[in-house]
Amino acid sequence: MKTSIVLSGVGGQGVITAANILGKAAVNGKVNVHTSEVHGMAQRGGSVYCTVRMGDVSGPLVASGTADALISTEPVEALRYIQFVNKKTKVVTDINPVVPFTVAVGGEAYPSLDEVFKEIGSRAILYTVDALGIAKKAGGSITRNIVMLGALAATDVLPFDADILLETILENVPEKFKAVNKNAFNGGMQALTRR
Amino acid sequence: MQIIDEKSNKTILLLGNEAITRGAIEAGVDVATTYPGTPSSEIADTFSAIARYLKSQNQTPSFYFEYSTNEKVSLEVAAAASFCNLRSLTCMKHVGLNVASDAFMTYLYVGCKGGHIIVSADDPACHSSQNEQDNRYFALFGSAPMLEPTTPQEAKEMTRLGFDLSEQLRLPILLRTTTRLNHARGPVKLLKPKQSKGKGFFEKDPDLVTVPSVARKQHPILLEKMEKAAALSDVSPFNEIITHGKKNRMGIVTSGVSFNYVTEAVKDLGIEASILKLGMTHPLPPQMCKRFIETCDTLVVVEELEPFLENQFKAMAHDMGSSVKILGKSTGHFSRLSEYNPDIVTGTLAKIFKKKNPLVVPAATTVKLPRRPPALCPGCPHRATYYAAKRVAPETTVYPTDIGCYTLGKEPPLEMADLLLCMGSNAGTACGLAVATDQKIISFMGDSTFFHSGIPPVVNAAHHNHDVVITVLDNRTTAMTGHQPHPGTDTDGMGNKAKRILVEDVVKGCGIEHIEVVNPNVIRKTSEAFKRALDFKGPSVVVSKAPCILLENRDKRRQGKKIHTFMVDQIKCEGCDICINEFGCPAFYHDEKDLVQINETLCNGCGNCVQVCPAHAIKVRKEEE
Repeated sequence: MKTSIVLSGVGGQGVITAANILGKAAVNGKVNVHTSEVHGMAQRGGSVYCTVRMGDVSGPLVASGTADALISTEPVEALRYIQFVNKKTKVVTDINPVVPFTVAVGGEAYPSLDEVFKEIGSRAILYTVDALGIAKKAGGSITRNIVMLGALAATDVLPFDADILLETILENVPEKFKAVNKNAFNGGMQALTRR
Repeated sequence: MQIIDEKSNKTILLLGNEAITRGAIEAGVDVATTYPGTPSSEIADTFSAIARYLKSQNQTPSFYFEYSTNEKVSLEVAAAASFCNLRSLTCMKHVGLNVASDAFMTYLYVGCKGGHIIVSADDPACHSSQNEQDNRYFALFGSAPMLEPTTPQEAKEMTRLGFDLSEQLRLPILLRTTTRLNHARGPVKLLKPKQSKGKGFFEKDPDLVTVPSVARKQHPILLEKMEKAAALSDVSPFNEIITHGKKNRMGIVTSGVSFNYVTEAVKDLGIEASILKLGMTHPLPPQMCKRFIETCDTLVVVEELEPFLENQFKAMAHDMGSSVKILGKSTGHFSRLSEYNPDIVTGTLAKIFKKKNPLVVPAATTVKLPRRPPALCPGCPHRATYYAAKRVAPETTVYPTDIGCYTLGKEPPLEMADLLLCMGSNAGTACGLAVATDQKIISFMGDSTFFHSGIPPVVNAAHHNHDVVITVLDNRTTAMTGHQPHPGTDTDGMGNKAKRILVEDVVKGCGIEHIEVVNPNVIRKTSEAFKRALDFKGPSVVVSKAPCILLENRDKRRQGKKIHTFMVDQIKCEGCDICINEFGCPAFYHDEKDLVQINETLCNGCGNCVQVCPAHAIKVRKEEE
């Protein structure tokens, strides 16, 4: 049994943190796990993706078309990594675009969200979440990644209980931020919407 | 702090780099040194974090750690500790070993006393590097025993046991890793750390002074040590043969992260073959390789980058008079370029073993996606420096650059990075350009780069009176690799107070007569300083001082201070787009009505755009706005 998850977004949105927490949750859930991440240049506002593989796996990299889930904190960044999905992959994306600077300066265009969602929906099972909105309501836009983990937990892709993921999140944040993160996670779990 | 507080025998999730640090601590390491560089940085950062954490708990760390000024110095510091019979570790990125290679090559002649691990973090695919050189050749070049881990667990064990191997051979060990190991996380089982020694003693020995007569004596000793290393490689627990399915005459030779891709591919494709997994890749285990070649008709070699194993297997097969077929890079099955992944390895093995490849690569999307390259952060003081310099520089000015965040000044609209070779090359190439052209030259380097290798070319410029403007972007940190301290900061890697060395003082000592010290966040004055520097005949240095905005804002948040973001007053905005097309702050964008807006969550509140806007249309954002 293998579970492969791709997490994508924009540098600074907490994608690496989310992948790390997911990995720790797997260890807590007594599941074998390997994760990969990007550091350095990619952090400065660039496109970022991490992978988390669990179960009977030898390494962290996900082969094309084999992801069980792709979760993204930004819509275009979900589509950018579409090579990892197949018809059964659950794609969960935040609906709030972060327009890259190449649009303002380089004359490039940010596609319409309808077009992005239609394209993803034609290739995989698409779910959307207003992660930024939920995060703000929970108490801080910085918890957008935690909202996405909540949404991921609601997809039933994970080989361990959602409770273990939530406990792991709370283990890894300072006392004063526990309530905010719990709200964000639960908000994400409840908000998962099939497109 | 889990990595040191967790009980022994517990399994925890560790980054490959953290696992290396843990392995060194389990082996009782005394001295660890580095110059930071992706993908190696977190090895050193973990030592630093542990030292600072223990200090906060009023405990004394069991090791000494430093961010040295460059990789060569870091290797020398650790080698000296080894001569005093202490265990030491030095870590660096692959190109760092080029810098350290002068020490490295002769250090191997002399050999070490206390165990010494030298970590080279290679970067196939150039995720964060200027080249993808294969540092396994340094092991061959200098005669260093080499270990290559496949997982964080193995990285920890190789580091831990590598110290024993190093002491047995009295040679430093090259622990060669790649990005997909350094930046992979996996479960790691902790063992009880050994006690470190603290202080050693330097026993004088004339053979530690490598004059020619000594070097001539040491070289044959090194070759003898490598004979012994080969025998140890034959019994190394890190070299093993794993047979999948019924034993036949098909073999796969692999090492490092490629082993992971091979293992899954073999299982997924139902391939029957024997895998020779090499963990000690220099010297190769001679008897084990010989026996493996004898049992195979076909050998597939799966290794990233250069045909390091492949060529050695060809040579071994030739010497044995074997007719084994060796498939790899020379037969066109695998590439010498970039990194491998499950797609490449599964696809190629499916072809070779005549299996159906189950992987279907979906067609690329036809939706045109905007590129999202990394960019200088909103509020980055480097942007202000670039903008200020460009306003007074002639059109044909050449901008040699260097390695750090500021290399991102290459992107439009600034486009102020014209030439880059390696750390410190900005000022060296500036000197050459001043000789070779009549164009104006303004070079850029960061403060950490200045201390690393930027000083000798400044001396060169002063001594030869080259007509250049050399800029030091002093943001008081080594930002790109994760905000490490350097000689220009007032704390060191252990969290102790340290002597802060001022760039302008060093530059003065280098013989530079025209020095401008500016705050780039005052753009007009910075432009004037660049103008004066350009007008000065001869070498001048501009030291542009402002802290990295990420650090400044982090400190503000910790102190509970508010960060005021900015917004565009749409009544005043004339739509000239200077903020976007010339200043290029990525927090700016055009909304759906084509109005210029500032993204509130991206704005870091530097306010430099206020100085840039000719219509005075940028103002502090009030809470309710």
